[in-house]
Amino acid sequence: MKLILNEEQQFLKDTAKNFAEERTPVNHFRSLRDNKDEDLWDRDVWKEMVNLGWSGILVPEEYGGSNFGVAGISVILQECGRTLTPSPLFATGVLGAHAISNFGTEEQKTKYLPKIVSGEITTAVAVDEISHHNPLKTNMSAILKDDTYVLNGKKVFVIDGASADLLIVLARTSGNSGDHTGLTLFIVENKQTNIEVVKLSMADSRNYANITFSDVEVPKKDILGDAEAGGEAIENILDIGRIAIAAEMLGNAEAAFESTINYLKERKQFGVLIGTFQALQHRAAEMFCEIELTKSSVMAAMQGADNNSNELQRLASLAKTIAGETLHLVSNEAIQMHGGIGVTDEYDLGFYLKRARVVEQIFGSSKFHTERYANISGF
Amino acid sequence: MSELDNFRKEVKEWLDTNCPASMRSGANPDTPVDEVWGGRKAVYKNPDSKIWLDRMGQKGWTMPTVPSEYGGGGLNKEEVKILNEEMFAIGARAPLLSFGIWMLAPVLLEYGSEEQKKEHLPKIIKGEIRWCQGYSEPGSGSDLASLATKAEDIGDHFMVNGQKVWTSYADKADWIFALVRTGPKEPKHDGISFLLIDMETAGVSTKPITLISGKSPFCETFFDDVKVPKSNLIGQLNAGWAIAKALLQHERKFISNFGLASAMGSKKDLVSIAKKHLGEENGKIDNEFYRSEIASHKIKEHAFGLTLQRAGDEGGKASATASMFKLYGTEHNKKRHELMVAAMGTDGVAWDGDEFDDSDKNLTRSWLRTKGNSLEGGTSEVQLNVISKRVLGLPS
Repeated sequence: MKLILNEEQQFLKDTAKNFAEERTPVNHFRSLRDNKDEDLWDRDVWKEMVNLGWSGILVPEEYGGSNFGVAGISVILQECGRTLTPSPLFATGVLGAHAISNFGTEEQKTKYLPKIVSGEITTAVAVDEISHHNPLKTNMSAILKDDTYVLNGKKVFVIDGASADLLIVLARTSGNSGDHTGLTLFIVENKQTNIEVVKLSMADSRNYANITFSDVEVPKKDILGDAEAGGEAIENILDIGRIAIAAEMLGNAEAAFESTINYLKERKQFGVLIGTFQALQHRAAEMFCEIELTKSSVMAAMQGADNNSNELQRLASLAKTIAGETLHLVSNEAIQMHGGIGVTDEYDLGFYLKRARVVEQIFGSSKFHTERYANISGF
Repeated sequence: MSELDNFRKEVKEWLDTNCPASMRSGANPDTPVDEVWGGRKAVYKNPDSKIWLDRMGQKGWTMPTVPSEYGGGGLNKEEVKILNEEMFAIGARAPLLSFGIWMLAPVLLEYGSEEQKKEHLPKIIKGEIRWCQGYSEPGSGSDLASLATKAEDIGDHFMVNGQKVWTSYADKADWIFALVRTGPKEPKHDGISFLLIDMETAGVSTKPITLISGKSPFCETFFDDVKVPKSNLIGQLNAGWAIAKALLQHERKFISNFGLASAMGSKKDLVSIAKKHLGEENGKIDNEFYRSEIASHKIKEHAFGLTLQRAGDEGGKASATASMFKLYGTEHNKKRHELMVAAMGTDGVAWDGDEFDDSDKNLTRSWLRTKGNSLEGGTSEVQLNVISKRVLGLPS
């Protein structure tokens, strides 16, 4: 497995770069925020992304997708991350597409995948129930009555939960919170009376919701994967999500870093460019190195995912940890090195800082993944 | 059969006949092991070390890509790959460790005259002459170009006076490649020349420096009215700085690619040390604070390893980031040793005596040795300067 992009992946990356620069520069996100947009993503922009085939990258060809793989979608998210492009690409194109393509029945695949590819539906994965990511701490109950499960409980911080048509929900069919076993995944249509969706206002101005399920009836056939085997399935879905979001975080960090380097080359104080100060040069050089380490970790994880690496879990935790730490560092240093302008709302850098702290929490913080890495590594 | 297949067959047969059993994996563990540096003063605990060196040197395979007219192997890239693979396959020991090979030979090939190449390269390749590096001086560390050791033109030869410091193994070396000031009035970078000096010349003396580890791999080297033939000048007079920098590139590459086994300290596994000394509970290191710090470090090392791999896969771009590899390679090595020492508690700082295992005492020395890693070959701060200026283009 080589740690470089193949031609196809490089092409996708170049296309996404052009798209993000031309169609969704940071001002695009700014106007969605300023206008308090309902979805906080733009339906016309999403349509264009769909037309480029991005919603089908993780979908097999027989269901209308291109099957270009995790590396393909990750490099697109990396480029979108550079301009903070909001879209359903992560929750739908990565999570929903991967989950149904890999764990769905033939019927589920036939029913949903073409609609995901065509942009007709968007999806969300509902996992967490408390403010720290931890799939094992699932309390939401799914109790079987005849041939129907009855779901009760509350999911929090569901990405794109406020707009998604289809929810993939992790619930407990047996055992207690903390148990590795007894978890099952369900496909549930979002817009129904027993489901209450409350939109969240988060620091990064993206689409999230808390979702409460009150006696929601789900037929047996809507189980995703096998009953009681949801724990393993969700870890796989999350690992692909962690890798893809780490790529997006890399894009965030690259853009904030480049903007900072440019600023060091143009801002003058004491009659000289501030980039001549060693106190800033060394910190800039360290950020460069950390970004290089992040590139390699993300590259290894996404190529590993496409090559069925038996190290997938470890590589996903590696990538999410390193991306989280790097983005944390860069988002703070970028503000500090820009000085006062960095903490104004008029300047874009604050968006990167706010996005950084939210995305650092998505599917496990660096602390969560450092511990997971140690467990997987056997110490 | 293709030419390369033929070559592989020849190599295999040659190694089979010429690589002594004690120089291969599977050798009797009681056989004494030499770190072979060659030279006029070399002593061998195992006579096979000398035989192996002589045979490889004769073939020119200690520097396989150097043209055979200079004593090298004259092999192309594919052939070198085959040679390495076949040596690896039998677990052959490196026949020769040599600053001559790693640092001097590449610049001799680029800057040396035909006579100088013919004179020095074969002796480097055969391990007949052991070289040391005369760069740093007491007053010139990171600011190397301020060096003051002077070489005066007194007609038919140079007269050298001054002092070098941190000369690795100067007391064991036969010749030194030295930076000397030949243009005292020129701007500092434009008055430096690259000079080869026989350590047996009258007026050259060395004195080992005892390090905090208790070991003495480095020396001070003194030049007191040393006469050096003019033919020992490499390149033009006062044009030595470019050669000095080219050599530093080779040195950094060598430090980040291979590392000197002794300089890089202990290869012991951090996790097993931590489990042994802090205890183990359900397979986990039984102390959450140490465990967390060790995990963070392992993750960083993993990411760094992947970065080296990526640089290789990208091919050729590595030189732009050689400073980063030097910086992270050495800083990680220091951190790993700090964590091992900490995880061992008071056993991690054992110095001497029968109350402690040899391996514990060795680790203490190794840990202290690693403190030099981020100084030698350009400090970490110098690497950060290089990255900010050459890679990021920040202004001076």
